[in-house]
Amino acid sequence: MPATKDKSNSPIGRATKRIDGPLKVTGSAIYTSDHNFPGMLYAVPVGATIANGTIAKLDTKEAEKMPGVKAVFHRANIGQLFRVAPNSDFSAFSDEDRPPFDDDIIRYYGQYVAVAVAETFEQATAAAEAVKVTYNEKKPNVETLLSADSKVHVESERGDAQKAFDDAGLKLDVTYTTPAETHNVIELHSSVAVFDDPNFTLYETTQGVVNHRNVLAQVLGVEPENVKVISKFLGSGFGGKITPWPQSAIAAAVSRKLRKPIKLVISRKMTFHAAGHRPRTQQRVRISADEKGKLTSLQHDYLNHTAILDDFKENCGECTKYLYSCANLRVTSALAKRNIGTPTSMRGPGAVPGLFATESALDELAIKLKMDPLQLRIINEPEKDEGINIPFASRHLIECYKAGADKFGWAKRDPRVGSMKRDGLTLGWGMAGASWIAERWPAEVAVELRNDGTAKVSTGTQDIGTGTYTVLAQVLADKVGLSMDKVEVVLGDSSLPPGPLSGGSMVTASLIPAVSKAAEKVIGTLLAAAVKTPGEKYFGVEQKDMTYTEGKVHKKDEPASAGISFQKVLNAGNFKFLTGKGSSSTTFTAKPKVSMHSYGAHFVEVTWQEEIARLRVNRVVTVIDAGKIINPKAGRNQIEGAVVMGIGMALFEHTHYEPSKGAPLNSNFADYIVAVNADVPALDVHFLEFENTELNEYGARGIGEIGLAGFAAATANAVYHATGVRVRNLPIKIEDLLATT
Amino acid sequence: MKLFAFTKTADVSDAVKGASSSDTAQQGAKIRFVAGGTTLLDLMKLSVETPDTLIDINRLPLDKIETTRDGGLKIGAMVRNADLANHPYVKSHFPVLSEALLSGASAQLRNMATTGGNLLQRTRCVYFRDTAFACNKREPGSGCPAIEGENRTLAVLGTSDSCIATNPSDMNVALTALEATIIIKGPLGEREVAIDDFYLLPGSTPHIENVLKPGDLITHVVVKGLPSDSKSVYLKLRDRASYEFALASAAVIVQVEGGKITRARIALGGVGTKPWRALEAEKTLSGAAANEANFRKAAEDALRNAKPQSQNKFKIELSKRCLTHALKMATS
Ligand SMILES: Cc1cc2nc3c(=O)[nH]c(=O)nc-3n(C[C@H](O)[C@H](O)[C@H](O)COP(=O)(O)OP(=O)(O)OC[C@H]3O[C@@H](n4cnc5c(N)ncnc54)[C@H](O)[C@@H]3O)c2cc1C
Ligand code: SF4
Repeated sequence: MPATKDKSNSPIGRATKRIDGPLKVTGSAIYTSDHNFPGMLYAVPVGATIANGTIAKLDTKEAEKMPGVKAVFHRANIGQLFRVAPNSDFSAFSDEDRPPFDDDIIRYYGQYVAVAVAETFEQATAAAEAVKVTYNEKKPNVETLLSADSKVHVESERGDAQKAFDDAGLKLDVTYTTPAETHNVIELHSSVAVFDDPNFTLYETTQGVVNHRNVLAQVLGVEPENVKVISKFLGSGFGGKITPWPQSAIAAAVSRKLRKPIKLVISRKMTFHAAGHRPRTQQRVRISADEKGKLTSLQHDYLNHTAILDDFKENCGECTKYLYSCANLRVTSALAKRNIGTPTSMRGPGAVPGLFATESALDELAIKLKMDPLQLRIINEPEKDEGINIPFASRHLIECYKAGADKFGWAKRDPRVGSMKRDGLTLGWGMAGASWIAERWPAEVAVELRNDGTAKVSTGTQDIGTGTYTVLAQVLADKVGLSMDKVEVVLGDSSLPPGPLSGGSMVTASLIPAVSKAAEKVIGTLLAAAVKTPGEKYFGVEQKDMTYTEGKVHKKDEPASAGISFQKVLNAGNFKFLTGKGSSSTTFTAKPKVSMHSYGAHFVEVTWQEEIARLRVNRVVTVIDAGKIINPKAGRNQIEGAVVMGIGMALFEHTHYEPSKGAPLNSNFADYIVAVNADVPALDVHFLEFENTELNEYGARGIGEIGLAGFAAATANAVYHATGVRVRNLPIKIEDLLATT
Repeated sequence: MKLFAFTKTADVSDAVKGASSSDTAQQGAKIRFVAGGTTLLDLMKLSVETPDTLIDINRLPLDKIETTRDGGLKIGAMVRNADLANHPYVKSHFPVLSEALLSGASAQLRNMATTGGNLLQRTRCVYFRDTAFACNKREPGSGCPAIEGENRTLAVLGTSDSCIATNPSDMNVALTALEATIIIKGPLGEREVAIDDFYLLPGSTPHIENVLKPGDLITHVVVKGLPSDSKSVYLKLRDRASYEFALASAAVIVQVEGGKITRARIALGGVGTKPWRALEAEKTLSGAAANEANFRKAAEDALRNAKPQSQNKFKIELSKRCLTHALKMATS
């Protein structure tokens, strides 16, 4: 039911400010670690200083005697913690399945072996350092060269790729690698646990309050009703906070043991140990084409490292099967076990490292063909999703390429290496395509109309910094014909109707139909109230003759302006509020009928100053089609942020695991290099808004991740154009370009 | 971090006296001065430094930048890096020093960091900063994992079998090219040490980094005036554009007359175990025509004795390009 006839009044598509902006800029937004409670104690974990072996002896005597120390917990005294049951529907999923302190085996550096609890953070830190652990140490395996420890899994296959490759004249067989990357969001992983027998209230840094509750209930061995998870604001997640990490169970277990509120904030260094990372990938690409550039075969065989106990697949072939038209294709995956903490999703998991490989390979192929790389992509544009043989719901990749090329000035590109100069610098121009899934999680929301003329929408999802508060306010404002300042959005509490995980760029798309249905419900109730309140304007009118548009209850045969506000209806009938609930279902099915994705293109200019080996990203044009953009300001912020991350991925980011001890060595912001402002040029971001209502009535898909997809390849392609050096191992380093290491 | 006593003083002699009972003024000292704290507190949080006592020297009257009669500078040890970098006379007469300071750290850190503290900042070698590892500099005789391990950012000049750690400072490189003198007040009185003699090569004692003894307080850094026709430049190369230590840097001060270099003072950063005075390059350039071929030749000479490790060979070439380009900038 469209509540606003006049679309120009709709807040949908408006670049409004964040409704939570004032809270954030004034410092009054309460983040997880800001929570304090009377009698609260601080917990600091002790991490293993080996990556492979067993604990021989754990001596807590000295630590326990230190000032302010209340207890030191470890395997022998923390109490039983349980494993999360396997499940296929994401109802309770974790990446690191082993409960903390489960055995005396150390499988990765920094694995928690104990936790010190004291009156102050400093006392707990000192005590944690004083815990003496001796180990039976074995040599860890953190080898960067990967080979399969698991069965090779065929992800997708059509035709006979190997034969076509063998028969081809023009072909390429190359291997690309992407390093382990650590999310390194500003807000450290934090847990503040309050046990009030039998209930736990857990303030968490999480991208999924409901999932977090379901997991923690299992780990603690209590009913989900006894666990409430709160996460009102998140200092970013990027996938690193999708699943619970061991510190959360430790804080809750300690709170239960000591019957005191416990605050546990892990250090920056610990985030490199037991809080997930994007695993290293190694991807062999074999690709062939005829002389006109039509692909004749494509093989993408990838491996990623994973933890000893957990099989995490970085699905690099995510886009390979549908991005290009190619009759002969084979995509395989395999895992390599390492003494490294459990990997997890990081912005654009699978697609992001995968597209680095395939979009670089296309560039290499174009050079072999002496063909413009953009042209090569256009030639190989598929008509349907050849991976599963179904039509595309909405694919406008060619339009993205063309719009981007136009804005960038691609037609002026001289393909010869090092041929383009400006102000004494060599220019390199590169491009690459981008794609990301467009799906829905299941979602439930409640909508309220209140007698003070305001409305409320609530759901157990969370705003991870992307603007979910604001976007939901826009959607509800649109649905009930209110201005946004009259809408309250309540999120970040697992006791609300279960909302989606903030993962996969799916929150907005998932919530729109649910809000829509909830609004429909509450408006139905409102109309019933209007016709049933004696003495009021519409008393006795048939409900079917009534409607609600532009914020007014009125008869269908009269203009909205003749109607009355819902506030009036509520007050006349003496209702405090009216409620409606709505839900939407997931689109993940075994047999989808249409292929739903978003698409985009990046065009990158690098400058190369050979005499001082200085490489900089100088200009970026990014065009994204993710359907309707509900809020262009928040939307642009997502794409710009992703491109900044892309600059880091292309040129800087790399977690180094030291071979002798298996420790991630550069576990701080001085040594783990991310892009700083000076590395980021002005970013030119455009949206093509091809609306497709497969997911929801506005035609909106997700935008959180796609901006990172393909960016590193576009940069590497530009670097080749400038320098003639093809870098297949990220990040692109000065030594690669000096080629003297 | 462990508990420590914290004392304050506004008197130089008091500070010296307070620290003179320390066991050493080098790694592991039990009594430490704290100035800006940006190196010391960081290392204390990592338990790399574990002093029992901190003497806060922020109130010492050593916060002035004076110009000397020969047009040089007398810089108080407590002068903040930001104030020194932005001082008009420093900017106009010693651009190499101002540029070096501004290329270092971040605005916030430069506001805290002091001249004395910067002289004594410690290496960024990851093993030094992590007590889970052996490190000869932190624990003499325990070994040097960097030689076989992570050494991309470490030194190629002045290394030993015991230690290959880089002195990471930018300011020190400029001060080395400026042939600065460090004024030290110790229990036995005041003394002056040339900056090149102040820092020690690691040899077999990498935990002893400089000539300071218990109680020694740096009070000033003195720099002589430069001839008015000299040009100076600091060039710093690193992976990202800002807020990162140097992979290679060069401080050059040159005078050119009739197309010939009459005098050159050169120091290299990011490549040496101490701020690296490149005397060989200075010699090559003295009297030579100011052209790129000679600059490159000087750079080759400066790095002639460079010894690469497994990951940092590229720094030799990078350092050469850095010096060549800095000379080009200074003479153009
Ligand atoms: C994230 C980060 C990035 C950085 N990046 C750079 C960079 O790019 N380039 C760069 O050059 N530097 C960089 N630095 C280092 C920074 O310049 C130093 O930390 C700073 O200069 C130290 O000065 P301070 O006054 O804070 O020293 P403090 O930490 O107070 O002291 C350091 C040491 O000097 C001793 N000390 C201090 N003053 C005296 C004195 N007057 N007499 C005797 N002993 C004294 C102290 O006892 C202590 O041992 C960076 C630092 C950080 C944390
Ligand atoms: S290079 Fe020096 S500082 Fe680094 S580990 Fe070796 S001894 Fe320690």
